[in-house]
Amino acid sequence: MASVSYRNVYKRWGDVIAVNNFNLEIEDKEFMVYVGPSGCGKSTSLRLLAGLEEISDGQILIGDRVVNDVPPKDRDIAMVFQSYALYPHMSVYDNMAFGLKLRKMPKDEIDRRVKEAAETLGISQFLDRKPKALSGGQRQRVAVGRAIVRNPKVFLFDEPLSNLDAKLRVQTRAEISKLWQRLGTTFIYVTHDQVEAMTMATRIAVMKDGILQQCDTPTYLYDHPDNVFVAGFIGSPSMNFFDATLVEADGKVWVDGGTFRLEVPGKNTELALKHKGKQVVFGIRPEDIHAREFIAPGIAPAYMDSTVDVVEMMGSEIFAYLMTGKKNFVARLDPRTRAHVGEALSLVVNMDNMHIFDPKTEQRLT
Amino acid sequence: MTAQTATRKKRRIGWGQIFVNVALILLVLAWTIPTIGLLVSSFRTRFDIQTSGWWTVFPHREWTTVLEFQPGAEVDRDGIMTFEGASGTFEAFRAGMTSPDGDKRIIWIGNKRIGRVVVQEQQWTRGNHDFTTQNYQEVLGGRTYTLQQPDGSTVTVQGTNFVGAFLNSLIVTVPATVIPILIAAFAAYGFAWMKFPGRKVLFIMVVAMLVVPLQIALVPILKDYVTLNLNGTFLGVWLAHTGFGLPLATYLLFNYISTIPRDILESAFIDGASHFTIFTRLILPLSVPALASFAIFQFLWVWNDYLIALIFIGSKPDVQVLTQRIAEMVGSRGNDWHLLTAGAFVSMVLPLIVFFSLQRFFVRGLMAGSVKG
Repeated sequence: MASVSYRNVYKRWGDVIAVNNFNLEIEDKEFMVYVGPSGCGKSTSLRLLAGLEEISDGQILIGDRVVNDVPPKDRDIAMVFQSYALYPHMSVYDNMAFGLKLRKMPKDEIDRRVKEAAETLGISQFLDRKPKALSGGQRQRVAVGRAIVRNPKVFLFDEPLSNLDAKLRVQTRAEISKLWQRLGTTFIYVTHDQVEAMTMATRIAVMKDGILQQCDTPTYLYDHPDNVFVAGFIGSPSMNFFDATLVEADGKVWVDGGTFRLEVPGKNTELALKHKGKQVVFGIRPEDIHAREFIAPGIAPAYMDSTVDVVEMMGSEIFAYLMTGKKNFVARLDPRTRAHVGEALSLVVNMDNMHIFDPKTEQRLT
Repeated sequence: MTAQTATRKKRRIGWGQIFVNVALILLVLAWTIPTIGLLVSSFRTRFDIQTSGWWTVFPHREWTTVLEFQPGAEVDRDGIMTFEGASGTFEAFRAGMTSPDGDKRIIWIGNKRIGRVVVQEQQWTRGNHDFTTQNYQEVLGGRTYTLQQPDGSTVTVQGTNFVGAFLNSLIVTVPATVIPILIAAFAAYGFAWMKFPGRKVLFIMVVAMLVVPLQIALVPILKDYVTLNLNGTFLGVWLAHTGFGLPLATYLLFNYISTIPRDILESAFIDGASHFTIFTRLILPLSVPALASFAIFQFLWVWNDYLIALIFIGSKPDVQVLTQRIAEMVGSRGNDWHLLTAGAFVSMVLPLIVFFSLQRFFVRGLMAGSVKG
């Protein structure tokens, strides 16, 4: 039950800057997810908070307390590691009780907490087992249980799901969300998987090369990415980008990509007019591209032609890898669409959801 | 095609396994046959040990005397003689002649004038089963024994006090194994997981000490021991073995301890453990395989050590260790080397027990289950 603040935090290893001027205010009871490609500094940021790495510069606060020089055990945090980091020679019970015993908690209180946590996580029947006798999912629960019994102010998760198989991952994802709701504690969760971030977070911090790119709610990040990186990172398959020019003709504004020309509808006209004549990076998500026969209702249609390169049938939808000129892009199409490799396909683009970015700074144009 | 590759793959694994197993069997034979020989010999009589190999306890063909006679005076002992169809000079018969059909061996025994001729044939015998525990009694006891010699006379033999030497060896070996392991485990943990200035330099020094031969330290240490009055004491030997064993112990344990997943230690830190708690509650239990394997090495090394014992213990009988006694057994009375068999076997027993009781730790993978692999 505490807020967390990063204030101008740096982490340097020699010349390498792992975390570069990181500023973030995490509110109490928030589910914050750090997401980014590997090496982006997200894990380091978490480890700085845990006290496993020393801060090179700046301040970290848990609640009102500056914890820069506070050892990990006194920060009132619990951490779940990617590898689970269970103590292999101890039983599940002892794994969970270890931290409490070290804090000289009375035996019956330890017993009560461990049993309660085991109950919550459905691992009561494994308490006497050693970790090696458990499956990956069960080990993961033990690791979470070890964090819960401590009843900490802040829970830290360092990619806890990446060692699970796909099905278990989806299931555990939901369970962690439920756990967060029940515990009502601050969760900070590191992942490289934007789906995990989108599904669980109240806010997402997107990082790249040690720099915080944008931090906001999942919906806002999806709708209003600050730059090309965030736009491409959030959403799957990722957003399509085209080099284009904004032109004004026939009293309307168009996105001119050379091989296509799309009309900018009412909602975005003002924005487009402001940057009229400029070279831009035009971004459109695969889900905003439809086959002409299956236009989603209520969109301002803009038409575009393409050639089908590869078709992936997903059952509920089709991922179509398309080409316009020499440029590849992806569309998520209605499963009824007749898309055949090598043939032309006529598309409708929902220009209400278009994004434009500056080609040099890669920042969103506003 | 798939089936073909499958069978080919299968066969390749098969050959590999055969090779490994054959090599294993050969190695096992190479080690066990001499050991069994030693064991068998140690139970044989002094006479048997000195006249025939241990394998004669098994049924085998042997030259057996079938005929023995004294050649008459009419035989020309300086010329060519003929016995059992074989002809030759006296010298040839003294060396042993084979009969023309190859089945018999004719040997002249004794001098030219009154010697006898013995005719032998290869015959099956059931093996020499004349076993005795006399060697062990002589080796283990420190008392006097009266032995009945084959010719009926009696001889008194002073048995070597092996029991005392055995205990001394134990007193030297156990602390000389435990102390370096403890120190090295602490050091290895420090080098692996604690940050302190000069860590790398110190560790390189430790590794460098691996290649320093211990002989160059003998004189300086001996001089110090004389000043400190440590010569001929157990403490002195413990310290010497500890010092000489530490570099290897530290290096081996470092290699193991540094492979323990970092996450486990960090998790313990967050759980509130201090370095000391982590060491005692996590590192030691998890390092049991490494500790055990080094313990075996160090135990065997100290147990079998002669040089350090000789130099730092010297010849005081009440502190002498087993190896010194074994060496003395031959040195003090050269013709008693038959006792070596029993002595060697007694000295082997404890190392064998140590090895067999600790070897399961080699096999057991303690790390299984901690981190998903």
